[in-house]
Amino acid sequence: MGSLFTPLSWNDTGFILTGILNTVTISVVAIVVGSILGLIVGFIRSESNKYTNALLGSILDVLRSVPLIIQLILFSTFIGILGYNMNPFVTGSIVLSLYTMAFMSEVFRGGFDSVHGSMEIASRSLGMTYWQTVRYVRFPISLRAIFPSWLGVALSVIKDSALVSVIGYMELLRTSEQLISRTQQPLEILIGVGIFYFVISYPLSLYGKYVERKMAV
Amino acid sequence: MNYEFHWNIVFQKMPELLQGAFVTLHVSVLSMLLGIVLAVLLAIAKMNNIKPFSSIATVWVEIARNTPALFQIYMAYFGLGAFGIHLSPYVAVLVALVFVNAGYLVETFRGGFQSIPTTQYHASKSLGMSSYQVYRYIILPQMFRRIYHPMTNQFVWSILMSSLGILVGMSELSGETQRLQSLSFRTLEFFIVAAFMYYVITKLVLFSAAMISKKLFKGEI
Amino acid sequence: MINIQNVHKSFGDLEVLKGINLDVKKGEVLSIIGGSGSGKSTLLYCINAIENIQQGNIIVDGIDVHHKDTNQDKLRQKLGMVFQQWNSFPHLTVLENAALAPRIVSGLSKDEAISIAEKELIHVGLGDKFDVYPTKMSGGQQQRLAIARALSMRPDYMLFDEITSALDPELVGEVLDTLRILREDGMTMITVTHEIAFAREVSDHVAFFHQGVIEEMGTPDEVITNPKKETTQKFLSKVLT
Repeated sequence: MGSLFTPLSWNDTGFILTGILNTVTISVVAIVVGSILGLIVGFIRSESNKYTNALLGSILDVLRSVPLIIQLILFSTFIGILGYNMNPFVTGSIVLSLYTMAFMSEVFRGGFDSVHGSMEIASRSLGMTYWQTVRYVRFPISLRAIFPSWLGVALSVIKDSALVSVIGYMELLRTSEQLISRTQQPLEILIGVGIFYFVISYPLSLYGKYVERKMAV
Repeated sequence: MNYEFHWNIVFQKMPELLQGAFVTLHVSVLSMLLGIVLAVLLAIAKMNNIKPFSSIATVWVEIARNTPALFQIYMAYFGLGAFGIHLSPYVAVLVALVFVNAGYLVETFRGGFQSIPTTQYHASKSLGMSSYQVYRYIILPQMFRRIYHPMTNQFVWSILMSSLGILVGMSELSGETQRLQSLSFRTLEFFIVAAFMYYVITKLVLFSAAMISKKLFKGEI
Repeated sequence: MINIQNVHKSFGDLEVLKGINLDVKKGEVLSIIGGSGSGKSTLLYCINAIENIQQGNIIVDGIDVHHKDTNQDKLRQKLGMVFQQWNSFPHLTVLENAALAPRIVSGLSKDEAISIAEKELIHVGLGDKFDVYPTKMSGGQQQRLAIARALSMRPDYMLFDEITSALDPELVGEVLDTLRILREDGMTMITVTHEIAFAREVSDHVAFFHQGVIEEMGTPDEVITNPKKETTQKFLSKVLT
C-alpha cells in the first residue's frame, strides 16, 4: 500500500473526473425530471378517484418492482431493436428518470394527502379558485412534509446512477473498474470511489435529518 | 419494427430461469436473516452506548446508507482480493447485501423501539411486571408492528438488488437470464420474461406479507 | 339580503335539511341554535356553496347561489365564513394569512392588501401579532385571526359556524367580544352557536333547528325567553342548566 497513488497518471485523474462529472450529470437530470414528473403524477393520484388512482398505481408499481438493472438492459435492447442509435446517456437518463418518478410520485402523493381537507375549505371560503388553493395554500404546506422523503429518494438516485454503467455509460464506478483492471489495485481505487459517494451523500442526509428535526417542533 | 418474437426458446429454458429465481430468493432470505441478527446486535450496542461497538455500529450504518450497493458488491468481490480473500460471486453478493441490510435495519429497529412512549414502560411496571415481562409482553410486540412494514420493504429491496449479481457472474435470476440470452441471442424475450418474473416475485412477497400481517396484527397499532 | 327558499339537502340517503325557509336582511344578526345533527352547520355550507342542495333556492343579493351559471368563487367574496376549527394557514404569518386572499383573489396590490389586513387585525385585537405564526398562538387568538382574515375580503355577510365550540372556556369571551364589535359595525351575520345567552343578547332573530326543519323562529324574546314549542323548551332546558 506504500505506492498508493503512483500508478495514477494525469490521464487517469482526468478519466476519474469525467466519471465523477458523468455521475453527477445523470443524477441531477434524473432527480429533476423524476421530481417534476413525480409531482404531477403524485398530485393527479392524490386528487383522483380510486379508479384512476389504481390504474396509475399499477403502472408505477411495475417500475418499482423490476430491478433497475433489468429496466436499463431491457430498454436499451428495445431501442437497439427499433433501430435507433441512442447514446447511453440519453437511454440511461430516460430509464433512471422514470424509475425516480415512480418513487417520487409516492412521496408527493403522501405529502398532498397529508394536508387536511379543511385547508381547502377555508381557502375556498375566502373566494380562492381551486388552483389558487393549490398554489398558495395546499402545495406550500405539503412541501414541508415532503422534503425529508424527497431527499431520501434523491440520495438513492445518486447511488443508483452507478448502474447506468451497464449500458455503457462511463459513470464513476465504471471508470474506476477500468482503472482497477489496469492498475490491479482494486482496494485503493474502490475506497477512493466509496469516499466520493460518501462525501456527497452523508452531508446531505445530515441536512435532511436537521430539517426533519426543525419541522417536528 | 422488424422483430420476430421467439418465445419458445425462453420457455424451453424456463427450468433454468426458475433455478435462477430460486437462487435470488435464497440469497435474499439469507441476507435478511443474517442482516436482522447483526442489526439487533448493532442496535443494542448503539442504544446502550457499548464502546467500542457503538462506534463500529455508527460507522457501519453510515457507510451502508451512503454508498451504492454495487460498490459494496465490488468491495466484497474485488476489494477483499487485496487481502487475499477471494469470495465466490454468491458469497460476495451475500456479504454485500448483509452489510447493507444490517445498516438500514439498525435504524429501523432503533426508530421502532424509540417510538414507543416511555409511559408504556411506566404503566406496565406499576402493574408489577418485571423488566423482562415488560419487554416480552408490552414493548417488543408493539415494536414488531412498527418495524414489520419497513422490514418487508427491505426484503423486497434485497430481492431487487440481488440482480446486481449479473455483474459479477452470479447465477441468480439476472445472471442466468444473461447467460441464456447470450447463448440464443434472444435478448429482448429473455429480459422481458426476467422482468415479469421479478414483478411476480415482488408482488407475491408483498401479498404474503400483507396476509401474514392481517393474521398477526388483529388489532390496531 | 339572503333568501333561503324551501331548501332540501341530503347526504346520500340521509336528508339533513327538509325544507328550510329563511330571510336575512342587511344589517341583521340571525342566530341558529339546535342540537347536533339538526342541520344548522350544513345550512351555512349550502349558503356559501361548499355543499350543494337537492331542492330549493338560495339567493344572495339577487344571485342564485346554486345556479349552474353562477361564479361561486366570486360569490364567496361576498360571504365571509369562520369555522369551528379556525383553519389558519400554518405556513404564513398572521399578517400574511389575512393579506393573502385580498391580494390573489381581489387582485389588490401588495400594499393595499397589507393595509386592509392590518386594519382588520387591529380591529380584532391582534395588532401586536403581525409577524407571529398562528401555531404559536392560543385557540382564541387563532379564531380572531380567522375572523380578521375573512373580514379582509370586505364581505357583505359573515357566516359563523360554532366558532367558540372548540375553545377552552376562558378564551370564549374574547371571541364573543369580537362578534359584539362586528354587530356594532352593522355587519350582517348568521351565527350557528351553542352560546344561548350570547344569542339572546346580540341577535335580531333566532331560529331553532330540530331534525332538519325550523321548529321555531322569532325574536330572542319569543324563541329563547318564551318558547312556544315543546321541543324548543326541552332543548333550552337541557342547554341552559
